[in-house]
Amino acid sequence: MEQNSQSGAPMVEAIDASITRQRSLDIIASNVDWRVDSGDFWVVGGRQGCGKTAFLFAIAGLRRPVAGVIRHFGEDLSTLTEPDLLRQRARVGFVFKGGGRMFTELTVAENVALPLRYHREWTDEQTGERVQAILAATELAEEAESTAQGLAWARQQRVGLARALALNPELLFLDEPLSGLEPRDRKWWRRILNTLREGTPLTGGRRTTMIATTNDFGYWAGDSHRCGLLQDGRWQPYGEGKECSEIT
Amino acid sequence: MESVSGTGLSETETVWPQRTYFRRTGRMLIRMKEDVGGMGAFLIITLSVALAKINKAKAVVWPLIFNQVQRAGIDLLPMVAFLAVALGSVVIGQTVFLLHQYGAENYAGMVMVTVVVRELGPILAALLVLARVGTANVVELGTARAMGEVDALEALGIDPIHFLVVPRVIGLALSIFSLTVYLIMIALLSGYLFAFIEGVPLLPGDYFRQLAGALLWQDFALLALKTFCFGTLIAIVTCYEGLAAPLRLEDVSRATTSAVGKCVVGVVLLDALFIVVYLML
Repeated sequence: MEQNSQSGAPMVEAIDASITRQRSLDIIASNVDWRVDSGDFWVVGGRQGCGKTAFLFAIAGLRRPVAGVIRHFGEDLSTLTEPDLLRQRARVGFVFKGGGRMFTELTVAENVALPLRYHREWTDEQTGERVQAILAATELAEEAESTAQGLAWARQQRVGLARALALNPELLFLDEPLSGLEPRDRKWWRRILNTLREGTPLTGGRRTTMIATTNDFGYWAGDSHRCGLLQDGRWQPYGEGKECSEIT
Repeated sequence: MESVSGTGLSETETVWPQRTYFRRTGRMLIRMKEDVGGMGAFLIITLSVALAKINKAKAVVWPLIFNQVQRAGIDLLPMVAFLAVALGSVVIGQTVFLLHQYGAENYAGMVMVTVVVRELGPILAALLVLARVGTANVVELGTARAMGEVDALEALGIDPIHFLVVPRVIGLALSIFSLTVYLIMIALLSGYLFAFIEGVPLLPGDYFRQLAGALLWQDFALLALKTFCFGTLIAIVTCYEGLAAPLRLEDVSRATTSAVGKCVVGVVLLDALFIVVYLML
């Protein structure tokens, strides 16, 4: 398996981590030991309400586990200083479920440009070029000047992906990206995620490591990925490809 | 055990009115202490972030500051002008007229400086900004928090304090200072005009000479300091109420009411502190 090119460490590592729901102390997964290597594509399954979002938040470093360690690129997130954590976050993308949590007062292009304008000291032309390239890849160029709020739910979700890709993340987390979409949109998402996994000009040819959640492994049938199940307060990693769709 | 006064409650079960009062007061004091501690910490964090990231992401943060100055300052100018004319006509015009009746026109400048420059101007500007922009801050930030936009900022590596709070603090501090200056100038001018219409024989030159004579250099420094403090206080309290605790959409109105109450109390207490400073000069 390809390793994190800088240090040889896994991209994500959970060691004996216990994760609770947001706003409560209910454990949704205890003693999680998990390793995600560079180029991996993991799908985390579980029933509605089992805590997939809180699990993904914790693994992505947006919430702290109540016990254990979460590492990104070999570094324990709990020991990082604020500037280091900020540097780490710029290497990680997150696509939220349910419309992608857009900044509603900004246009689609401004949403995508925001992380670039915050983190990169680029000229307006450089930022504009990058934004145009991302919008073209996500087929959102026509809606560039629309406010995100005015878009259909499925399109907002796409803007969420475009925004997450702005900084060219090495690691991409996606919270139920296929839920509630029409079959045509689901097909589009699977195609672009597979493209990102293989590496595209948008990512400079680099393969993007991805972790997605789902409440139906059937959505992902036919794709090559690794999978795991969140059930009854336990995290259970399984095998690859066809085996995932057989998990119930 | 015997029942108390025929209520059916034993002595230990009876809730005495003074105990309830003490409990309520105690709870209120504890809550107040927690709020002051929380807001103090929030203020320190905000100032640290503002200083540490002074050169970070100027392309994003500076337009946000200008946006705050626009809505808390420039957009409020017509309302400030209206209030200033009302204040000048009702309070100042009347005061000058009364002073004239008692032959004390020479004190007009001193009274104006004390009432308008030191007290009413800054407080009125602060309360206006609180009503128009402070409340909007709580609603916007509370909604952003409830809708997960703050999580989205964190996921993008954008510090929510730097992006959401620092521009509001700087914007409100600058705006209240500027609005106060406008308010004082318009109020002093309109007050004189009102007195002139009432037939007070006070020449414009004498009036402005009295004002200039009553103003000390400390007035300018303390006016700037006071209005910056008011702006910082309103921004910190409203941002704290909107952001510090995880809110649901239905909590936003309660947080807004709470923020307004705390801001009014805070502004009055700060003003009292500045009165002490003035008295010591």
